Amino acid sequence: MTADANIAAGLGGGAGRPVLEVRDVCKSFGPLTVLSDVSLTVARGETVCVLGPSGSGKSTLLRCVNWLEPPDSGAIFLDGERIGMRPGGHVAMRDRELARVRTRIGMVFQHFALWPHLTVLQNVMEAPIHVQRRPRAEVRDEAETLLAKVGLLDKKDAFPARLSGGQKQRVGIARALAMRPTLMLFDEPTSALDPELVGEVLAVMKSLARDGMTMVVVTHEMGFAREVASRIVFVDHGRIVETDSPERFFTAPSSERARQFLQRYTGTPTAGAVPAFA
Amino acid sequence: MSHDFAIVWDHRDRFLDGLVNTVWMCIAASIGALVLGAVLAMILMARRRWLAKSTQALVDAMRCVPFLLFAYVIYYGLPSLGIRLDNWTTGVAALTLYNSAYMAELLRAAWTGLPRDMIEAGQAFGFVGFELFRRIILWPVVFAATPIFGNQMIQIIKDSAFLTIIAVPELTHEASSVQSTYYIPFAAFIAAVLLYWLLCMVVEMGVLAIGRVADVRR
Repeated sequence: MTADANIAAGLGGGAGRPVLEVRDVCKSFGPLTVLSDVSLTVARGETVCVLGPSGSGKSTLLRCVNWLEPPDSGAIFLDGERIGMRPGGHVAMRDRELARVRTRIGMVFQHFALWPHLTVLQNVMEAPIHVQRRPRAEVRDEAETLLAKVGLLDKKDAFPARLSGGQKQRVGIARALAMRPTLMLFDEPTSALDPELVGEVLAVMKSLARDGMTMVVVTHEMGFAREVASRIVFVDHGRIVETDSPERFFTAPSSERARQFLQRYTGTPTAGAVPAFA
Repeated sequence: MSHDFAIVWDHRDRFLDGLVNTVWMCIAASIGALVLGAVLAMILMARRRWLAKSTQALVDAMRCVPFLLFAYVIYYGLPSLGIRLDNWTTGVAALTLYNSAYMAELLRAAWTGLPRDMIEAGQAFGFVGFELFRRIILWPVVFAATPIFGNQMIQIIKDSAFLTIIAVPELTHEASSVQSTYYIPFAAFIAAVLLYWLLCMVVEMGVLAIGRVADVRR
């Protein structure tokens, strides 16, 4: 199976049942409530962009999805299968059960989180070989195809320390795709990049969205969200304040808080407002 | 004085034997301490807090014992427990056990210093338990710890000199016996000091070489 076909496998068939369902998730760190009653459904092939001010709980929401942060309450389903808890929802999954579910979710980290002791190619091959136990030759072919897709085949033998931020993040994306995930999570994938490197990463993500990958993207890139998102989810103070089509969200957001947020981030001039990034 | 050094030169074979013994003991003890230290570090980082806490107490206690006394305790203690080892093995065991506590501490420090998200990425990609440690955590820890590991090896080399008290035929022991036969303390011990110094230089160079390999990998 080619890499393209694998990516396409993320969209084909099975319409109707959502790929991801987040149901009434709550999460607190000590006295600080980070998420309250967050619910979200993502259909196959959708690109959902999660927007919101810093500290609004966006990243925590993403980290709850693959149980890096176990929610305090609520439930999360991947392809209808409960994550983190055994069926019935009273007994927590054991580490190994959880690990198995996680292999179906690709994650891209803000600070790349590549494994520094492995080359680019080894980074991409590591989990498919050692977690999924797929044959090395097949994994290698697929990893090289993916690296070509993100434009880094010539760097396959380099170590991460030798790459630019944009290159690291593209490796991060290839590494996640190599797992043949049904869902891709992006945690502010361009926030740690120099401005001139953002474009190359967004271009890869756009092509993924076009290929029909199911994606949840936490981002501050308004242009990307507007162009690529099938839906915008706006989070503030740990709640989903509104869910809209990008057209509607960026032209006529229904909540006051979203209006203020957009003013700040896009610098959309409104009468008397001072652009934050002058 | 030059006469004294001539005597040392005449007995260079004994110094060399001592040096070779010291080298082998230190290599064996370093590898042993590293492996045992890695196991201890894993326990120190374990989620079972009571296990981590009690191991921590053991490690702390070990680090507060003077090595000389520790060597005595092993030398006289093991036979009373029914374990009989030759002096050489006893010496290596003492060096290994003693330094594993330090190794555990320095590996743990390197481990907690790793970027958290690199380990989280391992978990997010389905690594778990020992596989997570072996494939994702171990090498970055080793590369991060290389310079301090070299330091610890030098410590092991210096500690090994104490083993003369349990009659292990290492470098200090040989130097000591040559000097007492001919009464040339200064020449004999200076010769031993220079050989120790040479040995430490070799370790330093090794650390630098590994450092070059490690640099691009961290």
